[in-house]
Amino acid sequence: MSVRTAEPVSRASRRRPLWPRLAATLTKHTVLIVVSLVFLLPLVWMVSGSLKTAADIGKFPIEWFPEVITTGNYAYGLSAFPFARYFFNTLLICIPSMIGAAFSSALVGYGLARIDWPFRNALFGVLVATMMIPFYVTMVPLFTAYRAIGWTDTYLPLIVPQFFGVPFCIFLMRQFFMGIPTTLSDAARVDGAGELRIFFQVILPLCKPALAAVALFQFLASWSDLLGPLLYLSDSNSYTLSLGLTFFQGAEGDTAVGPLMAVSTLVLIPVIVLFFFAQRTFIQGITMTGIKG
Amino acid sequence: MTTATTHPARTTVPTPRATPARQPWIPRTRRQKHNFFWGLVFTSPAIIGLVLFTLAPVTTSLFNSLTDVSLVGGRTSFVGLQNYRELLHDSSWWMSLTNTTILAVASVPLGLAVALGLALLLNLRARGMSVYRVIFFLPSIVPIVAAAVVWTYVLDPQYGILNNLLGSVGIQGPGWLSDPAWSKPALIIFGLWGVGNLMIILLAGLQGVPQELREQATIDGAGAWARFHAVTLPFISPHLLFGLVTGLIAGFQYFTQAFVLAGANGDPAGSTLVSGVYLYTTAFYNFELGYASAIGWVLFIIIAIASLMTFRLVGRHVYYGGAS
Repeated sequence: MSVRTAEPVSRASRRRPLWPRLAATLTKHTVLIVVSLVFLLPLVWMVSGSLKTAADIGKFPIEWFPEVITTGNYAYGLSAFPFARYFFNTLLICIPSMIGAAFSSALVGYGLARIDWPFRNALFGVLVATMMIPFYVTMVPLFTAYRAIGWTDTYLPLIVPQFFGVPFCIFLMRQFFMGIPTTLSDAARVDGAGELRIFFQVILPLCKPALAAVALFQFLASWSDLLGPLLYLSDSNSYTLSLGLTFFQGAEGDTAVGPLMAVSTLVLIPVIVLFFFAQRTFIQGITMTGIKG
Repeated sequence: MTTATTHPARTTVPTPRATPARQPWIPRTRRQKHNFFWGLVFTSPAIIGLVLFTLAPVTTSLFNSLTDVSLVGGRTSFVGLQNYRELLHDSSWWMSLTNTTILAVASVPLGLAVALGLALLLNLRARGMSVYRVIFFLPSIVPIVAAAVVWTYVLDPQYGILNNLLGSVGIQGPGWLSDPAWSKPALIIFGLWGVGNLMIILLAGLQGVPQELREQATIDGAGAWARFHAVTLPFISPHLLFGLVTGLIAGFQYFTQAFVLAGANGDPAGSTLVSGVYLYTTAFYNFELGYASAIGWVLFIIIAIASLMTFRLVGRHVYYGGAS
């Protein structure tokens, strides 16, 4: 009804005189750049702080671009903070968690969205409802249970639960599966393919963006997690980056601001690199799955 | 499903089976059996996970909350509702609950407003939008601990960025995390910095608003506000509800930011002691697992009530016509 009438308007707007258009573009970009600066300032300060001498960090007003650049903070930070080991430890948790979450959530999402069976909506409702249960309710019994089977001081409590589905990831995968036309799996079914073959050969290849989004989501969540490692890891050799950084701040935060900024920058870099390569898929994955039931 | 209801189909639906007249419903049931079996197979990880990682610990926790079980062992005895009664007289707990509620109630609407503002900005038509999008989203991927470390210094009363900027326009900034009156606003501002996830979800909603409807409204003489209010808002209302509910749930579970920025005691003067931190110290510093379980259960009930009320009160204003 409106497509026809909309045409003249957009054409008219294209024919608007140059000046107002230029002014509008300028305003837009000014606002966007100012907001960008607000978001970036803390990070810029962190990186510039990591390159400053101790005397320059406390300077007032702030020197955004220090005159004297030093790498001493990194040298000291790396000597006091075993970055490589913590990095490796963190990867040991993040990578299996990521694989577990992506695989299990895809399986469960498929079972909820693509197979018509009596209790699927009830199960989905229960899974969504569990997101309301605070982690603190389950935290204590889980801790004592893991301690009883000797899993404390291992990475297992931080990895294994992801293999049994992460509600948010299941939610995303289900929404994504619902958007794929049923004719595809019906055609495969007519050709005699079983559910497993349809899942692995027909549906999974189609949902790479959603899988990537779920994988990256879990990777970032595991990378950021503090409470889990705080609960289960007591040997400083098995700390993750987040946990190590917390203790490093507690031990040296007041005196060694420069090294702390250097270490924080190092903790951030791998995530930024990963996000830089994956951001399009990640944002696309979230956008495409949508949130409507 | 039953024989009785499917019998009439016998006369109308011919089936290729050898005995169509007697059991025409068998293929359908077989399909159903097949679906039921495979549905269970595919969802089995979640079902097992639900039992092992949710149902079992939740019931254990409910049971624990009625005992005086300790982290370091010793004899455990059943104390009934003693823990819950103690909570009512525990001033630290009341303080943690008040702080948590204030933080959640203040930060969720603010977060929604900021996320919506950012999403509207990103939905404008201009060059280089993908760059701005990445910049706005960047803080959300910064590991919380690293972000908290940086913000300790951003919020520093003397040489922090925030007070530097305020000082340059002639405002004497407050003590933020060292001032009990300003520590909560400090945490809220820190939270707003990482609002990117919600922003992306709202942006997805905005991109689903039919362009022709907005143009039609322009022709009908609607101003920018009227267009936003009458066309855009209804279409993104499901996304806003989603943000509201998940925000509330996350708000009541607030832990890492407060723990790293303000420590286990909720400094200064307990002004940042939130339920999560109080529960953690009760369980793992004081070893009182029973009491900690009671704190957790009360929190759970509050979250459930808050979520249901939100769905009830706000849910009816949500427009699902936009779902395609």
